[in-house]
Amino acid sequence: MARFLIRRIVAGILVLWIVATLTFFLFFVAVPEGVVARNLAGRAATPAVIAQVDQNLGLNLPKPVQYWHYLSHLLRGNLGYSYYSQEPVTTILKQALPATVSVVVGGVLLWLVVGLGAGILSATRPRSLFDRAATVGVLAGVSAPTFVVGELLIIAVFVQLNDHGITFIQTGYTPISQSFAGWLGCMILPWITLAIVQAAVYTRLSRGSLLDTLGEDYIRTARSKGITERRVLYRHAVRSAMTPVVSQLGIDLGALLGGVIVVEQVFGLQGLGQQTVTAISQGDGQLVIGFVMLAALFVVVANLIVDISYALLDPRVRIN
Amino acid sequence: MSITEVQFQATAVENAPPQAIEGRSQWQLTWRRLRGDWVAVMSMVVVLLICAIALCAPLIAAATGHGEYQAFPNRGTNAFGQPVGPGANGFPLGTDQIGRDLLVRIVYGARISLFVGLLTTVVATVFGVSIGLIAGYFGGFVDTVLARIIDAVLAFPFIVLALALAAVLGPSLAIVIGVITFFSWAGISRIVRGQTLSLKEKEYIEAARSLGAGPWRIMFVDILPNLLGPVLVLATLYIPTAVSFEATLSFLGIGIPPPAPSWGNILSEAQDHYQTAWWFVVFPAAALLITTLAFNLLGDGIRDALDPRTERIFAGGRTALRKRDSRGKHRRHRGLDLDQAILAGAQADLSADRPMPEWSGGPPRADTASKGG
Repeated sequence: MARFLIRRIVAGILVLWIVATLTFFLFFVAVPEGVVARNLAGRAATPAVIAQVDQNLGLNLPKPVQYWHYLSHLLRGNLGYSYYSQEPVTTILKQALPATVSVVVGGVLLWLVVGLGAGILSATRPRSLFDRAATVGVLAGVSAPTFVVGELLIIAVFVQLNDHGITFIQTGYTPISQSFAGWLGCMILPWITLAIVQAAVYTRLSRGSLLDTLGEDYIRTARSKGITERRVLYRHAVRSAMTPVVSQLGIDLGALLGGVIVVEQVFGLQGLGQQTVTAISQGDGQLVIGFVMLAALFVVVANLIVDISYALLDPRVRIN
Repeated sequence: MSITEVQFQATAVENAPPQAIEGRSQWQLTWRRLRGDWVAVMSMVVVLLICAIALCAPLIAAATGHGEYQAFPNRGTNAFGQPVGPGANGFPLGTDQIGRDLLVRIVYGARISLFVGLLTTVVATVFGVSIGLIAGYFGGFVDTVLARIIDAVLAFPFIVLALALAAVLGPSLAIVIGVITFFSWAGISRIVRGQTLSLKEKEYIEAARSLGAGPWRIMFVDILPNLLGPVLVLATLYIPTAVSFEATLSFLGIGIPPPAPSWGNILSEAQDHYQTAWWFVVFPAAALLITTLAFNLLGDGIRDALDPRTERIFAGGRTALRKRDSRGKHRRHRGLDLDQAILAGAQADLSADRPMPEWSGGPPRADTASKGG
């Protein structure tokens, strides 16, 4: 287990280094000489600001030296300044983090509960009405882009409820520290959006995997021992049927990131994703770099967690 | 039946005009099965219709008399400067925020969506299949390196790269196509690689090799035709994914830059008009959903049709059969298993319609009881 973990961590660090290097090339090397500072400083930058960027980042130094500075700043968690808003990038990211965390945690929980629940129900009652309905729902969910689901939910739920004077559900972001009800009201639709789009995949996956597992000999053995069906299902079948689901979760983390950016944009949540989209339209390159690195860190850490739970579920992974 | 009757029938058979027994190729069989599946046929019709609409976009624009970029500030917006609804002032689906004809914009948007969807899928498929074949066939060091690269691409958050590229280069059609292609080939490669690994151990490959065929001939002449089925299904299912990607990028403002109409950027522009103009959201969203759903259903249908286990033409109903080979574990050992292949893939699992285990008619326990006897 320890060796497995170490190998995974090293691989994660490698990914981070590659992303950092790619970003460096993209922003500092691939663009013409004078444009670097321009790209980092934002569309509204004055010549004075650009000169300041030049000086701060040592843009007249040789590229390898710049690369060294860039990496050592990253290692110390120093993401530089947003020259657009004159604030440290870390401060901006910190302010935007709670909204994003709220969306991600709630959304993932809801989609796993709905997805796995529907998958297990379909698998234990194949061809029932529920199974058929779930299959149709899955296909619709897989086909729908996240932002379309979000926009349609806004029109169908938010606008309708507000027209009828029910103002519980809101768009925009209310911090949980300010008002729990307000926070819940603005989080429900984003969660449902993520769940509708993502749960579909998990319903399909867990249904297929569970159906396969239920056909195995050891399940028949378990049944013939006289164990209750419930115990057979949850102790024996579901556990081993979960491994493909967990590995899919690892694959989906990148997609989740995209989903979060979209959901924040649709519902105006002012989280990391929306900040970044704004930063791009303002040409605030320094902030974009900060977000890219944070996103890569998130994917690496989350993948590590998935790998560990994978190893816990399936002993074969640990041995190999 | 008496003996004379039997003899009579035998003579009748002998005297019947000789009838050539017609062989049917795998593709003919597939086509027959596909035709018998009304969902697949319907989705094919819808797909063709969407293609026709995209091709005829200039004709449709001419019929309405409104140009793709043409704004009608007077007729196209109401007294408050808001979009007008469907049917009003000669705009069949209403207008957008500056009074352009929504129908014309959506129809031209179909061109971009289909162009991006088809082009990226073709490029990604050709590239992905080649890499997968090479990795799977040569094995060893080549395979290790290529498999690592595939894994790395699959694990990379595509949206991050798209964001960074758009920030540096500014959004454009070329970036959209590049980003989508770059992140699509790896999933195909992974599946083709897996299939090649098992196919290259077959006897007929050994036969080809003993006849003196070189590696490239074996890969592209002997192995590739056996993979066309799964690859066709995958490609059909990548089209809607690519269409969604494009729409999402355009929605975020890092895809097709306005004023060129794309379903994604129309929906992005609709964001400020939720309360006042439902049509501004609903029609482009419907176009997008219908397109992606039709391609997904078609891909599902092709997969079912390619899979000899689902012999539903001969059995009638769509769900009635599939019992032929009922035990889950036997299924797994049959040649090319598309469900398994796709399960292993990175994209959404596509196996919702996999064959049912034997007991699927009733509760599981009834079956084990009956089999125990």
